[in-house]
Amino acid sequence: MMKRILAASAALAISATLAHAQEVKVGVNLPYTGIGAEFAQLIDRGMEIYLKINADKVKPYKITLIKRDAKNPGGNDARVATQELLTQDNVDILAGWVYSPNAIASAPVVNAGKKPAVIMNAGTAHITNMSQYYLRTSFSMWHAAYSMGEATAKQLKAKTAVVGYTDFPPGKDTLAAFKRSFEANGGKVIDEIPMGGAGAVPDMTPFFQRAKDKKPDVFFVFVPAGDHAAAVVKTYAALGMREAGIKLMGPGDITQDTKLQGMGDAAVGLITMHHYNADLDNAENKRFVAAWKKEYGANTTPDFMAVGGYDGMALIVHMVQQLKGKIDPEKAIAAAKTFKSNSPRGPISIDPDTRDIIMNEYLSEVVKGKDGKLMQKVIGKIDNVKDACKAQKIAPCDKGV
Amino acid sequence: MSAPAPAYENPGAQALTGRHRLRLWEPLPWLLALAFYFLFPRHLGFGTELLITVLFALSLDLALGYAGIVTLGHAAFFGAGAYTVGMLAHHGIWNEPITSLFAAAAVAAAIGFASGLVLLRTTGLTLLMLTLCTMALLEEAANLGHDWTGGFDGLTGITIPPLFGLFEFNPLFPKVQYLYILGVLLVCFVFVRTLVYSPFGQSLTGIRENTLRMHAVGAPVRTRLIVCYTISAAVAGVAGGLWAQANAYVNLSTLGLDRAATVLIILVLGGYGRLYGAFVGAVAYMVLAHFLSKLYPTAWQLGLGLMLVIIALFFRGGILGMGDVITNWLRKLRAPS
Repeated sequence: MMKRILAASAALAISATLAHAQEVKVGVNLPYTGIGAEFAQLIDRGMEIYLKINADKVKPYKITLIKRDAKNPGGNDARVATQELLTQDNVDILAGWVYSPNAIASAPVVNAGKKPAVIMNAGTAHITNMSQYYLRTSFSMWHAAYSMGEATAKQLKAKTAVVGYTDFPPGKDTLAAFKRSFEANGGKVIDEIPMGGAGAVPDMTPFFQRAKDKKPDVFFVFVPAGDHAAAVVKTYAALGMREAGIKLMGPGDITQDTKLQGMGDAAVGLITMHHYNADLDNAENKRFVAAWKKEYGANTTPDFMAVGGYDGMALIVHMVQQLKGKIDPEKAIAAAKTFKSNSPRGPISIDPDTRDIIMNEYLSEVVKGKDGKLMQKVIGKIDNVKDACKAQKIAPCDKGV
Repeated sequence: MSAPAPAYENPGAQALTGRHRLRLWEPLPWLLALAFYFLFPRHLGFGTELLITVLFALSLDLALGYAGIVTLGHAAFFGAGAYTVGMLAHHGIWNEPITSLFAAAAVAAAIGFASGLVLLRTTGLTLLMLTLCTMALLEEAANLGHDWTGGFDGLTGITIPPLFGLFEFNPLFPKVQYLYILGVLLVCFVFVRTLVYSPFGQSLTGIRENTLRMHAVGAPVRTRLIVCYTISAAVAGVAGGLWAQANAYVNLSTLGLDRAATVLIILVLGGYGRLYGAFVGAVAYMVLAHFLSKLYPTAWQLGLGLMLVIIALFFRGGILGMGDVITNWLRKLRAPS
């Protein structure tokens, strides 16, 4: 036994000098417990799948993930985790962040620690302005909502809309973005209905009835991904709004792939705008979904959160390759700004001005597939969408780093 | 009949008058806290979080442990303090660290006093629910006052100038923050310790043990309770203010049920109505949670849960109550059957 330990430590000592240039430590900050555990798992799996099916792109470097639980959206646990990843584990790159408040709370630490930090979900638009080391591979709330306003007016030829939103910052962001682009394209928002907080799923009936009474062409809804979405679809069907000629639509959060099958036939006809769904027809996505189902079971599916983790890892690998495994923060950010990738969501790149993602937005409709399962059919597309909040310098995105 | 022995010779009286004397082991927690500073310079972020929780639990101990005010809404005062410091600094009005804490204490005390006037007319479950409601109202107010409070996203851009104009707060290695918070904790602790051993503190214990009897001896029960609740709120406000300064930001979690429930668990775990319960409970709960979550990011809550179940089942007085349980048990063993 002693011999083996000696031999092992000797081997370690020899390889330490070699391995030093090769190993890159990535500190992952995700809420592995609590209400966000489901999201953390999707992102975590997205990263792991990337490393698994793109092993040739990672070579000759070894990416080690050091995972820490961010616990809740309170901010301080995520902040301490970030701090310790930087000071105790000496990570080269940070990644993760499901909740926006956590990314906001971590910003001063990221600034002081001077390591590139890849945001894989948190969607509040101005977060990337808070640190010059923040990069984002997920989305901003403005990506989908702003595109949706344009598509609603131009492609769906709607004149009037009612907006229902969950009353917290992503909801307000979404409302502002949709309204701005819809009205710029000739539409009119005739009512804005706040529909309770994000903490619990409310009874949607009174909100939907109010929307129905206004007789708009479309009813645009923003609710958090997860259980809120199922309630939206059920209430829409129960109140007979489709029969009344009102189209239900929203950003892709309401047709999250992992929840879609559970919504039943009521979801058929739902129109959404998003940067990803598991049914996208491209080779990279087919490879991604197939690998996912093989690894985690045929009944599971990746979704937009998983793809945020997958592309985030692609960005990390890009930085590592460009810098030959030695992560100098300023050079890494410069390298990240040249990032272009063929992602499961189509071509993506990092905007050199804002360090946020540029990607396609897909207008999709929920249809019933041949196998009887629900799926999303792409009926329109807007190429290379930037975060409009930062592109047009709308408060609070107008302040730079 | 001989004259009764003078009070100072009576062993019972001696025990009572000697209660407040400093015991030999009492500097120990402070030495440990200092040792932590030197031994674990890379864990100080967690350390500041721990010290703030100790202070918060101490404030709850004053209300719950000594005066018997059952509350599930103590985070209301923590949040009030945090938002006071945060908003003053964010809007560029005032950000000197120590004086900001006085402002935090004053605002929290004002809210404690105002809500105490109404709430402390009730007891038991009603009181519990009403304290919870107060906290929820404040949380919703902070959520709605988005322009002032930053709402759900929280308040950022809080710049804290160097302490005494000399020591800068470093976000990555919070050494200054740690010592600063330790100093504030010491001051608050000495204050609370003096308070609970004063006649005022004794009357609080009396109210907790038997309210009717305190009424009967003519003690102004409601006034005492309101004063105690206000002081407790002020100390919680200081804890919140420290939190805002150490993190350089404030958000709705400072007013959340999560925080209020956690601190209650910590206090009950450590042992309430004993000054050091706040210390022991916070260290046991937070150290376990912190290091288990590092080892097993997905399943650490299991270990914590097991500890809580065991303590709740076998040690009703919390960890500090273990001592009593063991002495009782030994006494029973020794007693002739």
